[in-house]
Amino acid sequence: MTLGRWLPLVIFAALALLLAAGVWLSRNPNREALPSPLIGKPAPAFSLPVLHESGRLVSSAELRGAPYLLNVWGSWCPECRVEHPVLTRFAETKRLRVIGYNLKDERVDALRWLEQFGNPYWLVLVDYEGKQGIDWGIYGAPETFLVDGGGVVRWKHVGPLSDAIIRDQLLPQLTALDGRQ
Amino acid sequence: MLPVHILPELGQVTLILALLVAVSQAAMPLAGAQRGRDSWMAIARPAAYLQLVLVALAFAILTHAFVVQDFSLRYVATNSNSLLPMQYRFSAVWGAHEGSLLLWALILATWTGLVARFSQRLPAAVISRVLGVMGLVSVGFLSFLIFTSNPFARLLPAAAEGRDVNPLLQDPGLIIHPPMLYIGYVGFVVPFAFAIAALLDGRVDARWLRWTRPWTNIAWGFLTLGIALGSWWAYYELGWGGWWFWDPVENASFMPWLAGAALLHSQAVTEKRGSFRAWTLLLAIATFSLSLLGTFLVRSGVLTSVHAFASDPARGLFILIFLGLVIGGSLLLYALRAPGTDGDAASAGTPFVAASRETLLLANNLLLVAACGMVLLGTLYPLLADALGLGKISVGPPYFALLFVLLMAPLVLLLPFGPLTRWQREQISRPLAMLLPWAGLALGIGIAAFFLAPYGRWKVAAGLVGAAWIVAGTLRFVWTRFSASGNRFTAEMLGMTLAHTGVAVFLVGALLVEGLAQQRELALRPGQAVELGRYVFRLEGVERLQGPNYIADRGSVRVLRDDAPLTTLHPERRSYASGGQVMTEAGIAPGINRDLYVALGEPLGGGAWAVRVHIKPFVRWIWAGALLMALGGFVTAGDRRFRTARNRVAADSELEPASGFNVDDLQPEVVRR
Repeated sequence: MTLGRWLPLVIFAALALLLAAGVWLSRNPNREALPSPLIGKPAPAFSLPVLHESGRLVSSAELRGAPYLLNVWGSWCPECRVEHPVLTRFAETKRLRVIGYNLKDERVDALRWLEQFGNPYWLVLVDYEGKQGIDWGIYGAPETFLVDGGGVVRWKHVGPLSDAIIRDQLLPQLTALDGRQ
Repeated sequence: MLPVHILPELGQVTLILALLVAVSQAAMPLAGAQRGRDSWMAIARPAAYLQLVLVALAFAILTHAFVVQDFSLRYVATNSNSLLPMQYRFSAVWGAHEGSLLLWALILATWTGLVARFSQRLPAAVISRVLGVMGLVSVGFLSFLIFTSNPFARLLPAAAEGRDVNPLLQDPGLIIHPPMLYIGYVGFVVPFAFAIAALLDGRVDARWLRWTRPWTNIAWGFLTLGIALGSWWAYYELGWGGWWFWDPVENASFMPWLAGAALLHSQAVTEKRGSFRAWTLLLAIATFSLSLLGTFLVRSGVLTSVHAFASDPARGLFILIFLGLVIGGSLLLYALRAPGTDGDAASAGTPFVAASRETLLLANNLLLVAACGMVLLGTLYPLLADALGLGKISVGPPYFALLFVLLMAPLVLLLPFGPLTRWQREQISRPLAMLLPWAGLALGIGIAAFFLAPYGRWKVAAGLVGAAWIVAGTLRFVWTRFSASGNRFTAEMLGMTLAHTGVAVFLVGALLVEGLAQQRELALRPGQAVELGRYVFRLEGVERLQGPNYIADRGSVRVLRDDAPLTTLHPERRSYASGGQVMTEAGIAPGINRDLYVALGEPLGGGAWAVRVHIKPFVRWIWAGALLMALGGFVTAGDRRFRTARNRVAADSELEPASGFNVDDLQPEVVRR
């Protein structure tokens, strides 16, 4: 019985510990910005179905020849909504192909999401189970990869893109790519 | 006359003064009550009033800054701009973190002022402790404001133009949603403060408990309204046609609601019968703690959600420490001082056997608390997985919906028995015999619905059986009260009847809309139509519209029922000038038995538009049910017994608690014979 009176406090202590861990994790905004081991290496080979055309598969080989931006998103992801206007503005500049990587989503939800907020993507690939995403080292959404025309990963960003990140990080990368070609 | 441009500095000073007043409101009366010094205790009330005046002044100054658009304040510049219509300038005050925290502080000060005003007949030591505890909570929130979230921080040189308030929040529903929600959240501070006062005092007096019951009911009623408003807003504004998403922020408000519902019932038992004292105290602490936890989750940036405020680790840390002190301290006090472990008869209340109303209310409490724990677990599980390095996991609606239904089904089953069952000891066959015909009726309705429903038959049948069962059982109770002459039907019973009927109405809405909703999504060119059930929706055209701070595509959709024109709906797709965010405004034709709902998607080229059409049967019943529940809370709070009880406290303030119970106001008298 006396133990029972302490139980609420014990439960709360465990909860507080968890929340403290949460605060500690969120203190460090770069916690996920580990340099991707993929950078400078060829992008993993994949073959994925296309959201808007059921039955069609697109492979990594088909995308070679010109650089593309691979943006991981899902209709379940609140931060993707935050990122969406930024990505749309960038896609409208037509600097390169922006390819959507729809992660662990229901087809209907994904289509509805794009219909509601607008579709900035040149092409949307579907990874329903998230299996091929493991090869990319994708933690969640949103994440963005820059792949050059030779199929090599040049840059990666975890979390929502902002205008500042595009200006300060992505555009210099693109300029460097242009120089290389 | 003060020059207007130094008003914000005055606001800052006012807040600091309010903090100092809160410190004295906490320290002096608490110490005075402990040592029995009347002059120290006498500080409590004036301090509570003074604090209210100061916080209200600070709030008024911030509102003034929004109305005159003083962009030299960082908070104003970030959360409004010159295009913002006047009514949204008022609501923009609480549109982001700093201002909503100030609103929270204002509501806390208001509740404190009201407690000070309406507690004239409580013993000085009790009210000193209560106001002192409320002062402590206030110290926490005011320091949070002043040290981490100052709404009066300057932006010099002043911005020429402000950013905009989040377009999601530019909506009439959202003007009143946060105040309602906060009145509810913060209102639970009253039972909390009484619980702490009781623990400090070392005894739980049923008369003081009776005094807190209306406060709990009112707070819970407001919280119900706040949650319902939020759900209604999501329904028409997000354009998805859904009404509940199990989003972390929704969960944060739902947890105190569940705990508060348990608290309402357990308070009634403790007040009338003296049982469950320790449990009632624990629930009072838990309910307010969950309100604080909700604040933490929304503002610390620990969880991500559509609603999340801009996060800041310093703030997260501050609230966490505050949470640890308030909740940890309360639970420590509970562990050390809670009644009921000494085994003395006085603290155990009137004994009862397994078949009794006490047992039913205990089951009610356990189910509600289990549901609350389930929501807490689901909300925090992604964080736990993240902290343990298990990767990012999201817990979706399927988990919540399944477990919630499993936990609420027995609650619905047991609900009609509660009011009809006697306190202490009951023969199970008696309420069973009273309810058996009604159970048969409910089952009959369910079977008929099962075979008549075109689809979704399980959900439709379940919803109607549950609703019919609750309504019939509740009416059976009302009839029992009225059939015997000389029986009183108190406001408390009326409130209970309203709230329980609300549960039934909610069930009809929730399950029928789940089972029977129809939707089509397709591309329409102007002139084309889509048929759904008995309705035809024809897209007449889409026009460009210039709003005060947005550009909208406004569709005109003609609706025909059985080929007769019914109405024209105007769904909009707004693009806000400042952030480029696109918002949908659904076109809705509301009705008691169905809503017609049209949302406009993106242009698809060639003049075609993505259009989504829903028929939502009985969806309004969801919010009507919530309204009834809230009304039930308010009506119960108005029961005369709670007012006369205060007189009795004055007359009997020397009485020992054990004799203070008012035996059994709810027991059907017809049964006693």
